[in-house]
Amino acid sequence: MIQKKDTALKNAEASVKSLRAVEHHYCAGCGHGIIHRLICEAIDEYGIRDRVIAVAPVGCAVIAYEYWNFDVTEAAHGRTPAVATGIKRVRPNNIVFTYQGDGDLAAIGTAEIIHAANRGENITVIFVNNGVYGMTGGQMAPTTLAGQKTSTTMEGRSLRRDGYPLKILEMLAVLPGVKYVERVAVNSSHEVLRAKRAISKAFKMQIDGKGFSIVEVLSMCPTYWGMTPIQASDRIKNDVAIFYPLGVIKSC
Amino acid sequence: MGGWVAITILRNNFMAKIKINKNKCKGCYLCVVNCPNNLIKIEKELNIKGIKSACFSEGKCTGCAMCAVICPDGAIEVYRDI
Repeated sequence: MIQKKDTALKNAEASVKSLRAVEHHYCAGCGHGIIHRLICEAIDEYGIRDRVIAVAPVGCAVIAYEYWNFDVTEAAHGRTPAVATGIKRVRPNNIVFTYQGDGDLAAIGTAEIIHAANRGENITVIFVNNGVYGMTGGQMAPTTLAGQKTSTTMEGRSLRRDGYPLKILEMLAVLPGVKYVERVAVNSSHEVLRAKRAISKAFKMQIDGKGFSIVEVLSMCPTYWGMTPIQASDRIKNDVAIFYPLGVIKSC
Repeated sequence: MGGWVAITILRNNFMAKIKINKNKCKGCYLCVVNCPNNLIKIEKELNIKGIKSACFSEGKCTGCAMCAVICPDGAIEVYRDI
């Protein structure tokens, strides 16, 4: 006789303890929901839920504390690595990570991220790059691609007027304090599985006390790209991942 | 004959199944394009948010869980009756 019992292969709500079973406020097809879950899966994998402290950014993910079932604090816009530095120095046994968007990390907080990386602080940074300021209405960010239409560049970003898109990871990889740098995407299931490995590795570097680790996640923003979620995930593969190549940039 | 019945029972029970929380679905349809066997379709009726949610159409699901991996809202559950 075959005994009947339910064997769950994958169930985000029941299997991930660090993720609260509430509905997100994110738009349909937004990558934030996937990245929240990947972080929670990595934390559950190492069993560090009771000693994790997250620092949430200003941006679309500003109320991430509603969705994460561990300690989260808030920081002023762009000052997230500075707050994380303070927490890590006062409580070195806690695992501290920051979750930042591209407007937060690459525009307003450029000074903080560069100096936190240069000091080699033992923190983990999850950098979500979707190429626009999502929370405030889809304005141009430093990471917006050339020719991309946003609400402040109605005819596309002009390289002559606005300069080139900023490659933060390549800038940070030359600093000796930075130990682990990888760029991943969340546009398809295979890329999500790669992103999960990268985020787990970044947390592992901090648990082992190696130093500063940063993972950039290329994410979709269908609302402000003016596309359907499926077109937006194709755009990551065809345009965004060409300019920002995926893979490990530095690991030591 | 007995062997054939046993194989049929085993196959029906070993095939994985998907349960989609239709009221949590926001209708991005990333699961529809990421299913390797094209087993997920779009519902004809609207859910509580007024969106046509994704739904599982009958077929041989291998339980790869690619739909649950990509779902931004964690609305998909993949399981197996054994």
